[in-house]
Amino acid sequence: MRSVVAPPAAGRPRSALPGFGLSLGFAITYLSLIVLIPLAGVFTKAAGLGWDGLWQVLGEPRVLSALKLSFGTAFVAACVNAVFGTLVAWVFVRYEFPGKRLFDATIDLPFALPTAVAGIALTALYAGNGWIGQWLEPAGIKIAFTPLGIVVALTFVGLPFVVRTLEPVLRDAEKELEEAAASLGATRWQTVTRVILPAVLPALVTGFALAFARGVGEYGSVIFIAGNLPQVSEIAPLLIIIKLEELNYGGAAAVAVAMLVISFTLLLAINTLQAWSNRHRQRSRAAPALPHPVLQGEGS
Amino acid sequence: MDIQIRNIHKQFAGFPALDDVSLAVGSGELIALLGPSGSGKTTLLRIIAGLEFPDRGQILFGGEDMSRRAVRERNIGFVFQHYALFKHMTVLDNIAFGLTVRRRALRPAPAAIRAKALELLELVQLGGLEQRYPHQLSGGQKQRVALARALAIDPRVLLLDEPFGALDAKVRKDLRRWLRELHQQTGYTTVFVTHDQEEALELADRVVIMNRGRIEQVGTVDDVYETPRTPFVFDFLGDSNVLDAEVRGRELRLPGAGEALVTDSIHPAGPVDLYVRPGDLRLAEPGRAGIDVRVTEVQRTGPIVRASADLVANGSVVSIELPHLHHDAPAFRVGAQLRLRMMQFSVYPAARGSQTGPTQTPAREREPGQRGRG
Repeated sequence: MRSVVAPPAAGRPRSALPGFGLSLGFAITYLSLIVLIPLAGVFTKAAGLGWDGLWQVLGEPRVLSALKLSFGTAFVAACVNAVFGTLVAWVFVRYEFPGKRLFDATIDLPFALPTAVAGIALTALYAGNGWIGQWLEPAGIKIAFTPLGIVVALTFVGLPFVVRTLEPVLRDAEKELEEAAASLGATRWQTVTRVILPAVLPALVTGFALAFARGVGEYGSVIFIAGNLPQVSEIAPLLIIIKLEELNYGGAAAVAVAMLVISFTLLLAINTLQAWSNRHRQRSRAAPALPHPVLQGEGS
Repeated sequence: MDIQIRNIHKQFAGFPALDDVSLAVGSGELIALLGPSGSGKTTLLRIIAGLEFPDRGQILFGGEDMSRRAVRERNIGFVFQHYALFKHMTVLDNIAFGLTVRRRALRPAPAAIRAKALELLELVQLGGLEQRYPHQLSGGQKQRVALARALAIDPRVLLLDEPFGALDAKVRKDLRRWLRELHQQTGYTTVFVTHDQEEALELADRVVIMNRGRIEQVGTVDDVYETPRTPFVFDFLGDSNVLDAEVRGRELRLPGAGEALVTDSIHPAGPVDLYVRPGDLRLAEPGRAGIDVRVTEVQRTGPIVRASADLVANGSVVSIELPHLHHDAPAFRVGAQLRLRMMQFSVYPAARGSQTGPTQTPAREREPGQRGRG
């Protein structure tokens, strides 16, 4: 059989980077095995309930409030991290001070620490008789065993996502841009808000998305400090565990599906927002490599 | 607005970046700070701008002391080598930035800001590109936008740090000519930094030649080229031959060569360095006046004939350049014994240890050179 060289117009255009078919095939197989097939299992299980059953589970006040709590607290914690994480990253990038390396290593601790340990430590601190809680309690601020405690825990686990995403971008930000702004008469505040922040916004959105996703799926650190009162401080992942322990697999899958769909929608929205804020960037010259937010940090 | 720079000192980690630099820039002048990297030229520019602060010394704009003012209070226009455009803003917003950040009382109305920005865009010949983002522009266009942005605040002085350094040769030449025209049109007092002597000579009213944190010479283009005060300046502004020579009595001679080059030298007796440009050398038939040389190499490259020759007396090598139509040019043959004449040269006290080049000797240890004619 003679091999025929296809004219360029017919078929897939030849690429200078070989191995596209093979690597794409591998990537899809891998993604299927690791992510898609388990997720499909969740959907199949939930489908066993039928539409009516699904709506019935999701309509339960306990489920609704758990979902609201999970996404609400994750959102608040991600916002807090976006603000203060930016500040921390800024300080690390811009200033030299004694003990910087030590502080720098500390940032990663929430990554490494078993989240249950973090939860226990935070509970001990913020409980009514803890080091911090004993000062807040008389002021009427209860943190442990309330939604506020959940926010504290999620802020703790989410911080490194924002800091580590922003650091390289801030480091690459040209000092000349700030000098140019100052030479044009901008105050420090104007320089930060109009020049620096817009430049790092895509990275900030990524960091926010990662912290948020992590917060939605967080379990270990939350269940200790939350107190887990149904409809007050009971998070959705815990509710799934409870339903599993009751051998109510369909119910557990229903809540899981709800979480998946909401998470996916939100992350997709954040991603779109990021593409929009990235619109002025050059396509050819890749911006600093940012982790892609969708389906990352979905650690539940 | 004129600029006075008085006795500026600046150290970076123990290394003197600027060592007692003083300079006066007249109102409306276009001045080039020229020097090799590490000569302190950029540091001086940044100190004028207020982006760095001197350890000692004063900067005055129009008689007003600026030394303690921050950059944003100096009202200067600064153009960076790598443009430093705000990537997330359109061209129009970039140019308008300096006006939009003003205090409300001083800020023009939005329509007036827009009109001014569009007018500047026309001035830098980029009309119609106001909605582009910086990444959609070429390097030369970016630098024009950066210039328009600097001009928008109606600066007291315009400072440019290697403004054409990141551009390719063709664009650089065009932009140079254009900047010269723009300067004539607008009349801003302008200081720019460059390491390219051709650029400095072509563009500037006066050139400040810097070396190792000091000013070697300030003068018009003709001044510095025709009467370089130090060997560094001579060497930096073009190709040079350096020959050992000697002053005996009032005569200047090359060792071993018969004829005195100058018979009324103003230099004290002793060894001197003689600097001569390859283009200021001529060759003549044996028997005519001059120094005996033997041609060792000839290269005809288009309009220029280049040759190397050994001095018969002491073996020193000189390079010679002639236009190819010059009547001496046909005499350039390898092996020919000819006589070398110097049309113009400079003499400086000998650098200690003939192996260290003249640029290695601090300028203050030298006296102004003498110009000789052969």
